[in-house]
Amino acid sequence: MKAMRARAVVGALAVAVFGLVCVHAAGAAVAGAAGMARIAAGEYRPLYRQPVPGANRDTILRRVVPVHVAAFEVGVHAVTNGEYLAFVREHPEWRRSRVSRLWADESYLKRWAGDLEPGPRAPLGAPVVEVSWFAARAYCEARGERLPTVAEWERAATADETRRDASRDPEFLDRIRKFYSHPTPDVHPRVESTFRNAWGVWDLHGLVWEWTLDFNSALVSGESRGDASLERGLYCGAGASNASDFGDYAAFMRYAFRASLQARYTTANLGFRAARDVAAPKGKKP
Amino acid sequence: MNASSLRFFRGAFVTMAVAGLTWALFVLSGCSSNGGSNPVSALLAMNEKVTGTEEAVLTDAPNVPPPITRKHATKVIVKLEVKEVVKRLADGVDYTFWTFGGSVPGKFIRVREGDEVEFHLENHPSNSMPHNIDLHAVTGPGGGAASSMTAPGHSSVFSFKALNKGLFVYHCATAPVGMHIGNGMYGLILVEPKEGLPKVDREFYVMQGDFYTAGRNGDPGLQPFDMAKAVREEPEYVVFNGSVGALTGDNALKAKVGETVRIYMGNGGPNLVSSFHVIGEIFDKVNVEGGDLVNTNVQTTMIPAGGSSVVEFKVEAPGTFILVDHSIFRTFNKGSLGMLKVEGGENKVVYSGKISDEVYQPEGGAIQSVGEAPTQAPAANKAERIERGKRVFNNVCAACHQPSGAGLPGAFPPLAASDYLNADKPRAIGIAIGGLAGKVTVNGKEFNSQMPALNLADEDVANVLTFVYNSWGNAGHEVTPAEVAKVRAAKKAAGK
Repeated sequence: MKAMRARAVVGALAVAVFGLVCVHAAGAAVAGAAGMARIAAGEYRPLYRQPVPGANRDTILRRVVPVHVAAFEVGVHAVTNGEYLAFVREHPEWRRSRVSRLWADESYLKRWAGDLEPGPRAPLGAPVVEVSWFAARAYCEARGERLPTVAEWERAATADETRRDASRDPEFLDRIRKFYSHPTPDVHPRVESTFRNAWGVWDLHGLVWEWTLDFNSALVSGESRGDASLERGLYCGAGASNASDFGDYAAFMRYAFRASLQARYTTANLGFRAARDVAAPKGKKP
Repeated sequence: MNASSLRFFRGAFVTMAVAGLTWALFVLSGCSSNGGSNPVSALLAMNEKVTGTEEAVLTDAPNVPPPITRKHATKVIVKLEVKEVVKRLADGVDYTFWTFGGSVPGKFIRVREGDEVEFHLENHPSNSMPHNIDLHAVTGPGGGAASSMTAPGHSSVFSFKALNKGLFVYHCATAPVGMHIGNGMYGLILVEPKEGLPKVDREFYVMQGDFYTAGRNGDPGLQPFDMAKAVREEPEYVVFNGSVGALTGDNALKAKVGETVRIYMGNGGPNLVSSFHVIGEIFDKVNVEGGDLVNTNVQTTMIPAGGSSVVEFKVEAPGTFILVDHSIFRTFNKGSLGMLKVEGGENKVVYSGKISDEVYQPEGGAIQSVGEAPTQAPAANKAERIERGKRVFNNVCAACHQPSGAGLPGAFPPLAASDYLNADKPRAIGIAIGGLAGKVTVNGKEFNSQMPALNLADEDVANVLTFVYNSWGNAGHEVTPAEVAKVRAAKKAAGK
């Protein structure tokens, strides 16, 4: 982890000292650079059962296959308008007027007042929204970070204020569902305004949706025969046929939301937060 | 249309061509009262030439777009916007509805058999959820759902051929589907037969739906969706056209004596099957389940969740006809009540009205005393009075005034935070003794109905009124049996 941080700092210095100063200047308005919280290695139970070969070669069984999630670090809050402003100052190709339509659709940063001016509908301390997956990924990579995977994000998000895994608590699920069913406000509240979970991570539920690295692979199992029928798994009653937990409506909503996206899409309630590996073995790329 | 759906249609075509021949013979040999069976007409619909383009007229319930008069199939463009909105579910109760077009039920879509429909589903940028649409009128995977999954701030386009005529439900099919439907995402699409429908004087669009709020029926404020109640299939509200009272009072459907009425009736569910009935009318004709099968002289028609019915009748007598789900507690307690007001001259042959009201005196006419409660010691204090009064209230009053005291809009006035009640204690006692008929204004709303005399002992009247005065934000008065006796004596003296 130390090695990685060092490398990121060196990289940033190499780009431009001036740029770094800018980051700090903008960051000052939003309580310093984003901190990271460490999530210990553990398991995550995917919402959808995975096909596994049965005894008979022609049968495919579906089981809940827990996914091992290695330890990682994730931003304690979603990336803010202030932090994103520092990024577009340094990377003009991601400014609203210059971004390629290949990488972000027409509503990219639409609520901002100008290229370098978030304005009243995008307070500096509020999460940045209307960013594409490409843009979010570029932001993270510029800092030597990456987006969290679905498994990582979901693992971090099963925690409530006191428990690291509250996923079996109907009251917690009910709270999340209520968060989700409110219409998007015109101006988002600032980050760190909902709740801080047992990992020390804020706002995983109740502020905005968040991009994940592999958002579009939720329905890919690696088993091609199984994949052919997976797509329909999300529609109507069939949506439940392969689920591991029919009662976790909030998780269904997150999966449905991810399934509706393409990497260039931007929406008024979709932001992101950064993540990074920890303790990568020597010689392996972070 | 993509390659796989083309293959699908081609395959279906061959199958239907074979089946069609068999069916055609069968139909010609005598079973043709409905103008042909669906496989045959669907086959013909598929082959009809499509000429021209038009944008569909969409309407909010209870209105229906005008009948289609053109004699050919065309390309119809339908633009439907999904909006998540906070709206009234009942008086004082709000709900975050997810809608096709801004209200529940969604916009009514009217196309003709053989039309090619180009469907644009637009998901408003302020929405928090992705949505899609499954139209039961579509022949293809997911009824369009698979092709219309749409993120907030985006739109999807797909097209389909209206192969089968009939009245079809459409709904959102995004996981978790029950919640999307339960929040109001349903509507109707009518595929008119080529030859059109018989002319009627009035057409209406009504759709039933059940709602699952965290609070109990009548609990005020913005109520969130309650998943546990939805899974148990125990709604707090069952309503027509998206809210309690959407079709009552000033919002009632209107017709004139002698007119023919057609109701396109749908049921969005998500759970309950409707026993649709119009009090005081008989459906002359029903297209059962929205299909070709016609039944006549029907009292109550069953409408499945995710299904429909087309009912027609001629209104012969003036008055107010009540639309209900005849699973009647839903109407009495949960809101499934609508009104059709018919104006015009009376026809005494069709309906006489009340001819006489005379005292019925079996076995010699001794005055009957019914339901007198066994006597018990009077309540010792106010707290005991309130406790006993609550029992009386639940037994006698709650059926109309509701367990919450909120009443039912347009029918039973509220007792909760009631200005009328708090303004005048002796008057309230008088009503509890002798009932009330005629117009009253309570909390700014006018009511005009009849409350019967209740035949309660003075002690019970005192208890129930004390309970009511000390509940739901009322004035906190205590009513004593002595006060009741005084009012009763005064009424007697006045000859009432």
